Amino acid sequence: MSDVKQKLHNFILTEFLPGESPGNLRDDTPLRTSGILDSLATLRLVSFVEEQFGIAVEAHEAGVENFDRIADIAAFVAAKQAAR
Amino acid sequence: MHESAQPLASTPHLAGYLEASAKRFPDRVAVIGPDGTALTYRELNDRAGRLAAFLVRHGVKPGERVGLLTPKSVDTITAIFGILKARAAYVPADWTAPPARIRSIFQDCQVRAVFMDGRCSKILAEAPADTQPETIVVFGSGIEEARAHGLVGAVDWSAALAETPDVDTAHSRSLDDLAYILYTSGSTGIPKGVMLSQRNATSFVDWCSSVFMPNEDDRFSSHAPFHFDLSVLDVYLSLKHGAALYLISDELGKSPKELSQFIAQNRLTVWYSTPSILSLLGEFGNLSRLDFSSLRLVLFAGEVFPVKHLRHLTTLWPHPEYFNLYGPTETNVCTFACIPLPVPADRTEPYPIGPACAHCVPLVLDEDGREVALGEEGLLYIAGPSVFLGYWNRPKENSAAFIGRGGRRWYCTGDVVREDPDQGFIYAGRRDRMVKRRGYRIELDDVQSGIYRHKGLREVAVIAVPDAASGVKIVAYLTPRDPGQKPSIIEMKSFCARELPGYMIPDVFVFVEALPRTSTDKLNFPAMRAAFLEGRAP
Repeated sequence: MSDVKQKLHNFILTEFLPGESPGNLRDDTPLRTSGILDSLATLRLVSFVEEQFGIAVEAHEAGVENFDRIADIAAFVAAKQAAR
Repeated sequence: MHESAQPLASTPHLAGYLEASAKRFPDRVAVIGPDGTALTYRELNDRAGRLAAFLVRHGVKPGERVGLLTPKSVDTITAIFGILKARAAYVPADWTAPPARIRSIFQDCQVRAVFMDGRCSKILAEAPADTQPETIVVFGSGIEEARAHGLVGAVDWSAALAETPDVDTAHSRSLDDLAYILYTSGSTGIPKGVMLSQRNATSFVDWCSSVFMPNEDDRFSSHAPFHFDLSVLDVYLSLKHGAALYLISDELGKSPKELSQFIAQNRLTVWYSTPSILSLLGEFGNLSRLDFSSLRLVLFAGEVFPVKHLRHLTTLWPHPEYFNLYGPTETNVCTFACIPLPVPADRTEPYPIGPACAHCVPLVLDEDGREVALGEEGLLYIAGPSVFLGYWNRPKENSAAFIGRGGRRWYCTGDVVREDPDQGFIYAGRRDRMVKRRGYRIELDDVQSGIYRHKGLREVAVIAVPDAASGVKIVAYLTPRDPGQKPSIIEMKSFCARELPGYMIPDVFVFVEALPRTSTDKLNFPAMRAAFLEGRAP
């Protein structure tokens, strides 16, 4: 697992799924559409991503296209970092 | 400014506020929708008059209920005033709530008509035919969607607005008219309808006038959804004084970065919301980068404001006046406290809820109904013109909700308080299993019965614990039906997202072998709370 994915994985497990077996959270587990993250949790995740990976996330970028699965978030982060 | 010793001028009717403002300020903007649509006072009053005529011609009688199932828009405000002008009562449902909950609300109070967004068609279409409202008006361009779902009798919004506004109910209005019903979490898992009269609502709004002294240059936020009692202050106080009401969509209301820009750009002067969103604005809203010099009043209610977040917000917004407003839906705001700034760096205890509002009479009694000595804890009871009529069609709950004493009817808030001679009332917690979170009240048993519907569980116990960051954390203890087939926590979260409104979903799920019980075999909630706070298994 890439470093970005691992950090996302750990953060989501600790903050929003305390007690969950790490194996149950996969890179393709839906986060928003499944109800794991509500709007408040999403704000915290977006703010974590901004701080951890040194990128700015615009409001329109924080929707389900980029923030529904760990794989998508990691791809989004990579694209943002490449564009810097 | 904060004391109002004079008797309040009586205003007969919520619709009367709009009518008076339409005379005084016909061309001022009354309401601005999330899409930027604006209506002047004259336009809003005229359109509401047309809707009232439409409703009366479709047989809606005074006191009958009319549902609202729609996101916020200027049309929703128009519909509310149309309903009130027809002397009917509006019943706002949360359009994002689970469909079964919405249907049970409309069935419970037998709505005669519904104003609906086309996207909600499926919700009504799936109700049994004999429980469907007789008249369904569909906002905007949603009529085709409604018809496609089999709501053949649905009426287009523009057709309803085409009525001649020739119905005038002003002469027959009464302070006893039912104005709206707000549904709250009920202890049996079925929401219960709090009936508020014109007297209830106007006595509160008139009190707000005396304390907050708004005028036509104010620009009010409308952050709370209309099924939430905070909206009563936003809508009626603003429109009563000829101010401009800025409707904030659900989406914008949850996005602190965009919301702070919205507040700054529109130079809002009065903000009212739960502490939750104010905490988010402080944390994520980039407040130091924008100009909020127009903001003169920040009002909050609905839950305890964690002092840490309040301190942070007030350092970023040091100039407005801050008020903590307290009160259940059943009385609306009944105590209030102005927060003295700055918030001391070492303060950790929440601020008092303050003295009673001028139109409310408080009483603090112990469990045996005896008045407690000053400074001692007891249950807060409220009497006065803002105390609700009762719960819709709930005789048992109604006889339990009130006590008669000294010729007055008192509502038991269920909140434990103590009175400080200088600061007014200090909130000390709840007597029962109800908590407030993000401004919503939640019966923990209601959450429990929702989770029980999961087929993989044997037992469920839900508790609430204080949390420094969010105010309150909801924790669900679970035992699986088959120990080898424990549902994952992801599965539990997803299940709850389908079964419960978002604000009711627990933060933490813990699987245990057995739930702790008392000697009489009841769930031992205190033991679970203590165990959770100490970080061990119960």
